This record gives sequence, structure tokens and C-alpha cells, in this order.
Amino acid sequence: MSIERTERRQAAGLAAPALLWTLAFFLLPFGAMVWMSLGHMEGRTVVPGPGPETYARIFSDPSLFRGIFVSLEITATVTVLSVALAWPLAWIIATRVPARWRRLALLLAVLPFWTSYVVRSYSWALVLGEKGVIMNALTGLGLLAEPVQIMATRTATVIGFTHFFVMLLTLTIYSNLVQLSPNYARAAEDLGASRWQVIRLVILPLTLPGVMTGAFLTFVLCIGDYITPQILGGNNELSLPQLIMLQLGRRGDFPMASALSVVLMAIVTLAYAASARWLKMDRV
Amino acid sequence: MRILSWAYLALMFAFILLPVAVLVVFSFQDGRLPVPPFKGPTLEWYAKVLADRDLMAALGNSMLVALASSAVSVLLGFLAAAGFARARLPGSALLRGLIIAPMTVSYLIIGLGLLQAVNWIGLRPSLMATGIGHVVINLPLCFAILAASIGAPQQSALRAARDLGAGERQVLSLVLAPMIAPSLAAAFFLSFTFSWDEFIIAFLLTRFDVTLPVEIWSMLRSGLSPETNAVGALVFLVSVLVVVTLELLLFRKAAK
Amino acid sequence: MTADVEIRAVEHRFESFTALQRIDLQIAAGEFVVLLGPSGCGKTTLLSLIGGFLTPSEGQILIGGRDMTHVGPKLRPTTTMFQDYALFPHMTLRDNVGFGLRMRGRARRDHDAKAMEMLDMVGLADKAGRKPHALSGGQRQRVALARALAVEPDVLLLDEPLGALDLKLRRQMQDELKAIQRRVGTTFVHVTHDQEEAMAIADRIVVMNGGRIEHCGTPEEVYLRPRTLFSAAFMGELNRLPVRPAGDGVDSPLGPLAVAPGAGILCLRPENVGLQGGFSLGPARLTEAAFFGAHHRCHFAPLAAPELRLVAHLPQGAHPEIGAEVELFGRDPVILTEAA
Repeated sequence: MSIERTERRQAAGLAAPALLWTLAFFLLPFGAMVWMSLGHMEGRTVVPGPGPETYARIFSDPSLFRGIFVSLEITATVTVLSVALAWPLAWIIATRVPARWRRLALLLAVLPFWTSYVVRSYSWALVLGEKGVIMNALTGLGLLAEPVQIMATRTATVIGFTHFFVMLLTLTIYSNLVQLSPNYARAAEDLGASRWQVIRLVILPLTLPGVMTGAFLTFVLCIGDYITPQILGGNNELSLPQLIMLQLGRRGDFPMASALSVVLMAIVTLAYAASARWLKMDRV
Repeated sequence: MRILSWAYLALMFAFILLPVAVLVVFSFQDGRLPVPPFKGPTLEWYAKVLADRDLMAALGNSMLVALASSAVSVLLGFLAAAGFARARLPGSALLRGLIIAPMTVSYLIIGLGLLQAVNWIGLRPSLMATGIGHVVINLPLCFAILAASIGAPQQSALRAARDLGAGERQVLSLVLAPMIAPSLAAAFFLSFTFSWDEFIIAFLLTRFDVTLPVEIWSMLRSGLSPETNAVGALVFLVSVLVVVTLELLLFRKAAK
Repeated sequence: MTADVEIRAVEHRFESFTALQRIDLQIAAGEFVVLLGPSGCGKTTLLSLIGGFLTPSEGQILIGGRDMTHVGPKLRPTTTMFQDYALFPHMTLRDNVGFGLRMRGRARRDHDAKAMEMLDMVGLADKAGRKPHALSGGQRQRVALARALAVEPDVLLLDEPLGALDLKLRRQMQDELKAIQRRVGTTFVHVTHDQEEAMAIADRIVVMNGGRIEHCGTPEEVYLRPRTLFSAAFMGELNRLPVRPAGDGVDSPLGPLAVAPGAGILCLRPENVGLQGGFSLGPARLTEAAFFGAHHRCHFAPLAAPELRLVAHLPQGAHPEIGAEVELFGRDPVILTEAA
């Protein structure tokens, strides 16, 4: 046996456990789920497919179909809002805050990251509720006559999500900014650019690939999350993950839950294809 | 520009820190509801939390699942990273892609798939199933971190070790593992954090022995309560302590 | 297009560390000055002070007779060429080079034309539409030069611009830099730690060490008649002999030598030690020899002090056998005191 073959055999032996684990507990269950989505429910029993009945139902039942758009709208709003809020924050921490306070400022900016995810959504329910601190302060100051309902609306979901993703994006954009050679800004300024021009023409474009990666991550995590819309958004309008859980919980409708999951996957894949192409175009 | 910057910074810090501040403050609420007005401090709710058997059991379960699943993730990720560094396998890019793939899929979908698989095999949802699920989500992460930490210097050290007569096992345990120890620690720590805080897979795959996030979730069903604040504040406090300790340890090391 | 620079009693401190200690320096308009020294000597700090990226703790900086001490880089008649070039990776070469004029509010047609002219000067006009990552190191260096010169600065500041290039390319770029400087007539202030590079391009070399100027003069002056032991050693290899005055000459470990009396260290460059010359160094034995192309590099052990080694560069062709005893001679000695 050649030396190369021995090496390959050893390498394959080392990689095998991880590959088998992924195969057994990710790929096969995933395949099972896709197969399940091709079946459909009759009464309380699952009729195995393959057939398009379940998918057809998604596109004919407005309460299900609507979920796709609810999810897309929420996710798009959150992604844009989070990037728009996080970029200036990361920039201020990276360039305006004195060096000795920088680490502390960053730590503070992501501190709530370390609470449990469920608890973080719950805390926003406390803040945004009818009797919560915000409404209390606004009515107390006489700015509002009556408390306005925020909880159990899309606004609450968007606020809760944005809070989380601003922290995430601040981290990624910050690390992007500090990796840039300070000479880019110096060179631009030296050649006569105003501070605003330095940001707009040089720093912002240089961080764009990082921002796109962060935005994609935000998109993926946001569109697949059940907790935040369930705790903050309530049941007035349901996002895809909420619909999926609803199918499982009340009806035990595994084919529908699976089909909605496949739709969710498809959306993420499309988003990936779109942003990957965009990133590549930037490089040419 | 300067004033604008500081104003923005203050505003964003207020937005980011507000919910945590409210959470912690009202965990000391002397009353039934964690909303204003603040009626004065009490430790009653903390006492209640620490005496709550279900919560303590859930805490133990979470710890167990997080430790075990992180250990398995790091081990499998380490072996795979070492394997891919050892030699070019046919279809290497595809196999790497397979290991990384779960990272791009929502936890909900991974959980749902596993739930159906568990049902089909006829197993009951359990902590074990949750642990398996957590390895699925953390393995790609560990693999990515560890594969990235094996660069040219590590590869030549491995070649040197083999050249000096070390067996495969010795190469991995005596040379590679110590060389990338910081990355191993980082991978373990990250996996632990994700597993510790993971909700949806645990929610789908446990029934009676639940993990902490699932237990907190069921507390939410009974509405707002300072007890939930107290749990949240405790989790927060412990995490911050761990993070600050790690930061100080790593920072000091880096400073040397 | 060109201006003189005057540094008046400039001192710079970073917290407790003093990077520059009361520096005075005058640079004439159109001069090519090289700041030379080891890392940490303060040369880059001085360049940043001239460029306006730092404000001196004390003292004044005048450019073209105007006090620029507190003027930012944007409004100074200087541009800097950075060590890492800092070319904007998302812009084409044309946009990179035209950036400065665009910032001055010039119309696109104007700055495009000027950019093309500058790119043409550095021989990259055919690549104007490319982005920096498609270029080699030497080409990036040229683009950075074109970009800095496009705004027609009075003073161009170059921060180790050749450091990232390999030796051969570096020698070639030195010649180009020098030629371009002659053509545009702009004052160039160039920082490097490579003494050969300094000698190759400079009208005047400023040798710096520990935040002070050790010597300031033409390459010949600095190399042949160094003022301090530090600049003597930094400019090239040295044989050092401790000496003290004795009669008409000096006393040394090799015995009395016939050179003008003085106390301190007698410095002899290897090329000034040989088989003939101005004064005798006494008999010595050849211990090692290596062929370097242009010369033989030989180690001699003086018979009077066999533990010492003298390094000599002997001309091609003729060097003695290893172990042979010959009489060595020295030329152009310089005696310097330990602390200048």
C-alpha cells in the first residue's frame, strides 16, 4: 500500500465519527422530514406520500400562506434596522471612545447577550407591557393620556429582535472596523476628505463584506426563531416558526410542520444564494 | 460630531441595557408583579427560586447536557479537523460541507427532524436526545474553529512528530492538542454557552426531565412574576461572572 | 509644488515615554532627505509630526515658512505614502489616484485626466481600471506614489515605502523614486532603517537614535566621517580599536599606531584595511576568507593581540593562504569617543 493511501485511510478514520454523527442525526432526520412533508393528514393519522397535498394546502390556506410574508416582513425590518443602528454604535466604540475605555464599552454594549434568550424576551415583555416602565413613564410625564398597546403586536417582536441583533452586529462590525488599517482613514484625510467623506467613501465600503455576513446571519437566525414572536408578538399574527409549532402542538400535523420547515429552509437558501452572489460581485 | 456621538452612544446603551436593568431591579420587588411602582427591596423571590426543586433539577439537567454535548462536540470536531489536516480526501470539500451544513439550518428544523427520527425509532424524548441534538448544532462550530486553528506551523509540527516516530494517537494527544489548546478551550466554551441557552431543540425533545430554558418557559405561562425575574437575574449574574473571569484570564495571558 | 520644512525644538512624548527629544532640523525645498535609524529611534514619529498626524508636545513645525504645528493633515501641503500603502481596495486605480482631487471638489473629467497622467508617470496607465488586489507589491507601491503626488503636495512623506518589497525590486524602486523626485521637484522626506537604501536615494541622511539626531549630512559625510560611534556602526561594518594618545601617534592593543593622536575608539571600515595603506597595523595571520563577488571578506588575527579579529575586504583575485602571516595596513581612520 502506498504511503499516500495509508495517510488517506488514517485521515478518513479520524473524520469518520463526525461525518457519521452528522449523517445519522442531521442528514437522515432531515431527509425523514422532507419525506414527511410529502405526506398529508387524514383525520388524526398521517398518510405517507409522496404527494403535493400538504404543500398545496400552504398555498391555498391564507392563514398559512400569510405566515411566509409575516416572517419575511419582520425579518427584513429587523435586519435593516439592526444594521442601521449597530454600524454607528460599532464605529463610535471603535474610533471615538478612548482606547482604555473601548473594551469596557464593548462589554457593556453586549452585556445582555449573557442573559438567557428566553429571559431576554421576557424582560422586554416587562418593559413594553401596559403597566411596564415605558408606558408608566410616558403616562406619568403626561406625554400619553392612555397607555398604548405595544405588547402582542409586531412592534414588540421587532423591538425584541432588534435588541438582540444590534448586539450581535455591533460585535461583528466592531471587529471588522478594528481590523482595518488606521492608515485608510489617515490616507483619505491626508488627501483632503472630510470626516463624513472618510466614513462614506472609505470606511463604510470597506466594512461592507462584514456587514453583509452579519446581515445574512441576522436574517437566518431571525426568520427561524420561535421564542421572540411567541413571547412578544402574541397570537394576532403568526410567523412561520409559530405556525410550525402550532401544527405540532395542537394537531400533531407532522406533514404540515415539515412542509412549512422546508419552505423556511428554501427561503434561507434563496437568501444565501442572493447574498453570496452580491458578495462576489463586490469583489470583481 | 462629538456631542452627537456621545448622545448616540448613551441612547444605544440605554436601549441595550434597559431590559436587563428592569429585569434585575424588579427581581427585588416586594410585591406580586414585576412592574412599577417599585415597592422596595426583598430577597424573597431569590429564596423561592433556590428552594424550587423543579428549577434546581432543570439547572442540573442543563449543566449535564451542556457539559456532555460540548465534550462530544469538541472531541468529534477535533478528530475531524485533524483528519482533514492529515491528508486530502477525495471529495474533501463536500465532506467538510456536510459537517458544516447544520450551521446554516434553523434549530427549529434540526429539532423537528430529530423529533420525527426519535418517534420513528420508537425512543422517548429525553435529555439524551436533547444532548444528541446539541452535538448536531455545536459540532460544525467546533470543527470550524479547530480546523481554522490548524495552520501551516501546526502541520509541520505534526509532520516532525511523525518523523520522530510518534504514533497517530501520540501525535494528536502530545503535539496537536497542546498546540491548539486555546482553540479547544474556546470551542468548548462556546458550545457550552449555546447548549446552555438552547431552547427549541430541548423543548421538542424533552418531556419530563427538562432543561433550564424550558423550565423558565413554563414559568412564563403563569404570567409575569418577580420569581421569573429572579431566575433570569441569577442566570445573568453567573454568565457575567464566567465571562469576566475568562476575559481576565485570557487578557492576562495575552498581555504576557 | 515644493517647500522647505523647519523643525524647531520639537519634543514628543507618549505618556511617560519620550519619543523625540528636542529635535532641530532644516530641510531645504526640493531636497530628498532620509530619516534613518533602528526601530524605536523616533523617525516615524517625526514623520507623523510633519504630516500632521501627531501634534508635538513642544516646539514648532514650519512648512514653507508657515507655522503648521496645529494644522491637521487635511490642510497641510504634505501628503503621506504609508508603509502598507493604504490603497482603497474597493476603488479602481484611477479612482484611488484621483481621490485627492475629487476631495478638492474638482470635476470628474479633471481628476480622471490627472489620475491618468500620474498613472502614466509610474507606468501603470494600462491598468487604470483594475483594483489594487490585482497588482503586485511593486505596482501597488507605484500607485500609492501616484496617488500621493496627484494632489501636487509641497512635501511628500514616505513611511518605509519599500519595506515590503524584496531586495531586487527594492533596488529598482529606489532608482525610480529618485528619478521621479528629480522630475517633480517636490521635497521628499523618506523614513527607512536600511542604510544602503538611504545612501542610494538621499541628498541628505539624518541618522536618528533614541529620539535624537545623531548625525545629519550627505551620504558621503555620514559614511566616511561619522560624528558618533552609533552612526558609524549603523552605516556599515566597523573594526574598532580602543586607543589613547602616545607621543605623535596613539597606543592600541596592536601596539603604537601612526595616526593623529586622540582618545576613544579607532574605527576602520573593512575596505580600509588591506595589504597596503596609510599606516601599519602590524603583522597578522589570516584565519578565514570567503568570496563575496566584488571582494574577499577576510578575518585576520593580529599577532600582537591574537584574541582580536580584524575584518578586511581584499580586492578580487589576490588573498593570502589561510594561516599565512602578512602585514596589515589601514587607511582613513576616524577616532570617536564612546558617548558622542
